[in-house]
Amino acid sequence: MAHLDTTTNAGQLLAAASGGRRRQGDRIFSNIAVIAAVTILALLAGVAIFLVTEGLPALTASSSELPKGESFLSYVAPLAFGTCLAGVLAMVIAVPLAVAVALFITHIAPARLALWLGFVVDLLAAIPSIIYGLWGIFVLGPAVVPAMKWLEAKLGFIPIFEGPASITGRTMLVVGLVLAVMILPIVSAVAREVFSQTPRKLQEGAQALGATRWEMIKTTVWPFGRSSVMSGAMLGLGRALGETMAVAIILSVSGGVSFNLISQANPSTIAANIALNFPESSGLAINLLIATGLVLFVITLGTNFLARWIISRSEVK
Amino acid sequence: MSSSKWLAVFAAACVLVLGLAACGGGDSSSSSSSAGESSETESGGGGGEAPSTEASGEIAGAGSTAQEAAQKAWIAEFENANSGATISYDGVGSGGGREKFIAGATAFAGSDTPLSEDEGELGKAIKRCGPGELIEVPDYISPIGIVYNLPGVEELKLTPETLAKIFNQEIENWNDPEIEKENEGVELPDTRIVPVNRSDESGTTENFTDYLSQAAPSIWKHEVSGEWPVKGGEAASGTSGVIEAVSAGEGAIGYADASQAGELGKALIQVGSDWAEPSPEAAAKVLDLSKEDPELEKGQKNVIAFEIDRKTEASGVYPIILVSSLIGCTKYKSADEAALVKAYFEYAISPEGQELAAEAAGSAPLSSQLTKKVEAAVGAIE
Amino acid sequence: MTPPPDSSVAEAPDRSIFTQETGAGGTLPKWAPWGAFVGSLVFAGAVEAALGWFTIALMLVFGALIAIFAIYAWSRTVEGRRHAKDRAVTMAIATAFGVSMAPLISLLYEVIKRGAAGINWEFFTTTSRGAITGGGAEHAIVGTLIITACAVVISVPIGIMAAIYMNEYGRGPLRRALTFFVDVMTGIPSIVAGLFAYALFELFLGPGIQMGIMGSLALSVLMIPIVIRSAEEVLKIVPDHLREASYALGTPKWKTIVKVVLPTAFAGLVTGVMLATARIIGETAPLLVTTGVVTSLNTNPFDGRMQNLAVYAYNEYRSPGVMKQASYDRAWAAALTLIVIVMLLNVVARLVYRRYKTEIR
Repeated sequence: MAHLDTTTNAGQLLAAASGGRRRQGDRIFSNIAVIAAVTILALLAGVAIFLVTEGLPALTASSSELPKGESFLSYVAPLAFGTCLAGVLAMVIAVPLAVAVALFITHIAPARLALWLGFVVDLLAAIPSIIYGLWGIFVLGPAVVPAMKWLEAKLGFIPIFEGPASITGRTMLVVGLVLAVMILPIVSAVAREVFSQTPRKLQEGAQALGATRWEMIKTTVWPFGRSSVMSGAMLGLGRALGETMAVAIILSVSGGVSFNLISQANPSTIAANIALNFPESSGLAINLLIATGLVLFVITLGTNFLARWIISRSEVK
Repeated sequence: MSSSKWLAVFAAACVLVLGLAACGGGDSSSSSSSAGESSETESGGGGGEAPSTEASGEIAGAGSTAQEAAQKAWIAEFENANSGATISYDGVGSGGGREKFIAGATAFAGSDTPLSEDEGELGKAIKRCGPGELIEVPDYISPIGIVYNLPGVEELKLTPETLAKIFNQEIENWNDPEIEKENEGVELPDTRIVPVNRSDESGTTENFTDYLSQAAPSIWKHEVSGEWPVKGGEAASGTSGVIEAVSAGEGAIGYADASQAGELGKALIQVGSDWAEPSPEAAAKVLDLSKEDPELEKGQKNVIAFEIDRKTEASGVYPIILVSSLIGCTKYKSADEAALVKAYFEYAISPEGQELAAEAAGSAPLSSQLTKKVEAAVGAIE
Repeated sequence: MTPPPDSSVAEAPDRSIFTQETGAGGTLPKWAPWGAFVGSLVFAGAVEAALGWFTIALMLVFGALIAIFAIYAWSRTVEGRRHAKDRAVTMAIATAFGVSMAPLISLLYEVIKRGAAGINWEFFTTTSRGAITGGGAEHAIVGTLIITACAVVISVPIGIMAAIYMNEYGRGPLRRALTFFVDVMTGIPSIVAGLFAYALFELFLGPGIQMGIMGSLALSVLMIPIVIRSAEEVLKIVPDHLREASYALGTPKWKTIVKVVLPTAFAGLVTGVMLATARIIGETAPLLVTTGVVTSLNTNPFDGRMQNLAVYAYNEYRSPGVMKQASYDRAWAAALTLIVIVMLLNVVARLVYRRYKTEIR
C-alpha cells in the first residue's frame, strides 16, 4: 500500500515545502490518530485485565473448591467445544450465502432494485438478538423438526445426525442456522461494499475481451475483494463466537462434547453459559464464569491468528 | 431522483411522528395507566392501607426473577399511592441480588434461597446491616407445577418415586407399568418421555430438587442445587422457556411456576394418602407446617427462614413450592431510606399486597399465621 | 510499492477461456431463466405429489436445484459452454439469495404480526410507572435513543481516527498489534463487555452504580471494532493516485486525509457506522447488568437507571405475570419499534450514501 512516506527524501521534501505551520497541523492530527489507536488498545487491555483478575481465583482454585466439584479444564472444555462448533457451523452456512447475496446485489440485480435489496438485507442486522432467540424457538425449531427426524432416519449412521431427534427443535443445528442468519448481513455488507468498488476499468476490460458476466466476476471482482471478504467473515465469526442471548434462549443445554447436531443434549457455548448462570451465581461461581470468558477471549485470539495467517498466504501481492 | 425524494419525505414523516410521541407523553399519570383498571379506586378503597404520610425518596432492590412480576405489581401500586417515591427492582437473579445487597449497592434484595453460610453470605449480610439488624422474611410463595403435554390425558397421578424416576431418566416411556399402576383407567400412549428442565441456574430447580431428595431419597441422590444435575434431557431457559418447550413436544414433562402453566396439564402428586394439586392455598399451608431453621437464622431476631418440610403427609397440602424472601436491614444510613423501605415492605406483605401479587403473578398469599410473624419482623425497621 | 491490481487480470490463469468457442453461438430467449425456473418448479412439484411428499418449501428447494441444471443444459446446447456456465452460476447465485431472504421474510413477518398487536398510542406515550398491567414503552424508546446516541458519539470518532491511523500513518508493531487486536475485540461476548463496563464504573464510583452512560460504554466496546474494520476496508480502497495528486499539489497530509480521503470514503464510512449501530441497538445482555431496570422516564444518561427497548422486551417476555398475552404483545411491539428505528436510520444513511457516493474510475 503506497502512501506518502515521510521517511523518504522525496516525502520529506514535499512535507518541508508545505511550511512550518502546516507541519504542526500534521503533527496534531497524527497525534490524535495515535491517541485513538492507543485508546483502543487500552480498552482492550482493560477488558483483558478485567478477565484475568476476576477469573484468576477460579483458575487457581482446586477442583474441590470449585462449585461443580470438577477441575476448571473439565468444566470449560465442553463449553469451548460448543462455542467452536456453533461458530464453525454458522460460518460454513453464512459465508458462501453472504458472498452470493453480495454478488447478486452488486452485479446481477437491476440497479434500482439493488438499492432496496441492500437496505432489506441490512435490516437483518437490526433485529435484536432476543428476537432471533424467540424466532428460533417458535418458528425455526418446529419447522426443522420433520427435517431432523428424516435426517435421523436416513443418515443416522453419520455421527452428526445420530439423534434421537429433538421434539422441540432446539438443537445445535438450529443454533448454527440462527447464528448464520445473524452474521449474514455483516459479512454481506462488507462484501457488497468491496465488490461494488471494484475498479470499473478492470471489469470493463474483461467484458471488452468477451468475458461473460460470471467470468468477469471470477477474474476481476473476486480477486479484488477476496481478502476483504475474509475480513468480513472474521467479523462475522467474532459475532458468532460471542453471541449470548440468542443461544441462551434457544439451545437445549444438557450435554457434553458431542458432534450430534440434532439431539436435545447439546454442549453450551461459553457466552450463553455465562448469561444463563451469572444471575444466580455468587462468590467463586462468578469468578469461574469470568474465567470461561477469558478462555473465549483466548479462543478468539487463536482463530484470528489463524485467519490472519491464511489471508496473508493467499493475498494477491 | 424521485425515489430519494420519497425516501426523504417518508423519513421526515416518521421522525415527526416519533418526536411528537416522545414529547407529548410523560410519566403515566394514574389515569392513563392500564386499560380499564381503576387502580386509583383500588388503592383508595382498598381498606386503609394508604399511609398517613406519603413516603418519598428513591430506593433500589434487586434479585429473584421469580418474584419479579410480583415486585413489578407492588412497585406500580405503591408508586401510585406515593407519588414521591421511586422504587426500582432489577431481576438480576437471586445470587446477584444477594451480592448487591451485601455490597451495599441496593437497599433490599429478593432471594429464592435464604442467606446461608455457604459462601459466608449470612455473616456478610449481618455485617452490612450491623449485628441484629438484618431482616429476612418470606414474601412470595409459589407452587411449582409438574406440567405435561399428553393430549387426551386429563389427569395424571404421580408418586414422588415415579416422579423422581422420570426426571432421573430411569423411566423412559409413558406406558411404563409403574406409571400405569397409579393411573388406572387412563390411556397412556406409547411415547418417549422427554423431561424438560431449566438450563439456567434457578431457585425453581433448587426447590424442586430439594423436594425430590427429601421425598424420594432412595432414587434421587443428586446434590440439591440451582443447577439441574441430570444430563441428556431437554433444557430451556426461564419459566417461559420450560412452558414453551413442554407445549412444543408431545410426551414432554417439566417443572415450572404453576401459574404460568396455561393450557398444559398439571400432575397430581401423592402426599400421604391424597393426590394433591398445585393450588395456592395448598402451597401456602406448607410453611405453616414447617419449622424455622436455626442454621439459617443464627439467632437474628428478624430473620425468618424455614426448613421446608417436603415430606409432610398432611392433607390439603402441596409440598413442591418455591419460597422467596425479602432481605433488608432494620437500620439504614438515612432515616428517609429506612422509612421508605419499611413502607414498601409493609405494603408487600400486607393482605392487600399479597392479593395483588396473587392476581398479577399467580402466587399464594401468605397465610394469616405467617403474616403475623412477618409483620412483627418488618415492624422492627426504624 | 505493491503492484497495482491490474496485474491480476494479466495473470489470469486461463486466457483461453476468452477465446473458446463451442456450441452453436445462438442466444436463449429473454424469458429463458424464468421459464427454466417455473418449469423446474412444476416438475419438482409433480414428482413430490406423486411420491406423496408435497410441501411448498421442498418444492422450492428442489425446483431451484433442478432449474440450475436445466438452464445449464438448455444453454449449453444453444449458446455454448461458457455461456451455459454463466447462466447456471447466475441461477445458483439467485437461488442462494432467495434462500437467504427466506429467514428475513419469516422474521419480519413474525415481528410485524406479533408486534402489531401491541402497538397503540399508549405504547408510545406512557411509561410503565404506576401500571400493573398495561403501560407503555415511552421510557424505553427514549432510553434506547439516548444510550445509542451516546455510544455512537463515543465510538465513531475513536473508531474512524483509529482506522485512519492504521491506514494512513501506521507502520510497524503498533499497527500490526492494532489490526490483530481489533479482530480479537469483535469476539468479546456482549455480556463480558457489560460486566467490564460495570466493573470499571464500580472501581471509580462505588458499587451499585447504574447509569445510562455505562451502557453506552459497554456498547461502544462492541461497536468500535466493527466501525474500525469497515472503515479500514473502505479507506484501503481509496486509490493512491488521489492521495498522490493531493500531495503533489503541496497539501499537507492531514488535509489530504480530511479533504480527499474521507470524502471519497464517506459513503462507505456511513455504511460501517450504520452496521455497527444496528448491531448494538438490539443488545440486551450488557445493558441488563449496567443500566438497570426502571419504570420511569429518565433523560439523563449520567444519573440513575435508564430503561431501553431491548431490556424492556426481554423483561416483558421473561416475567409476564398473569396477563401473559399483553406482556408478550408489548415485548414484540418493542422489538418492532427497534426495527423501525433502525430502518429509519438506514434510510437516512442511504440518502447520504447516494448523495455522496463517488465512484472510482
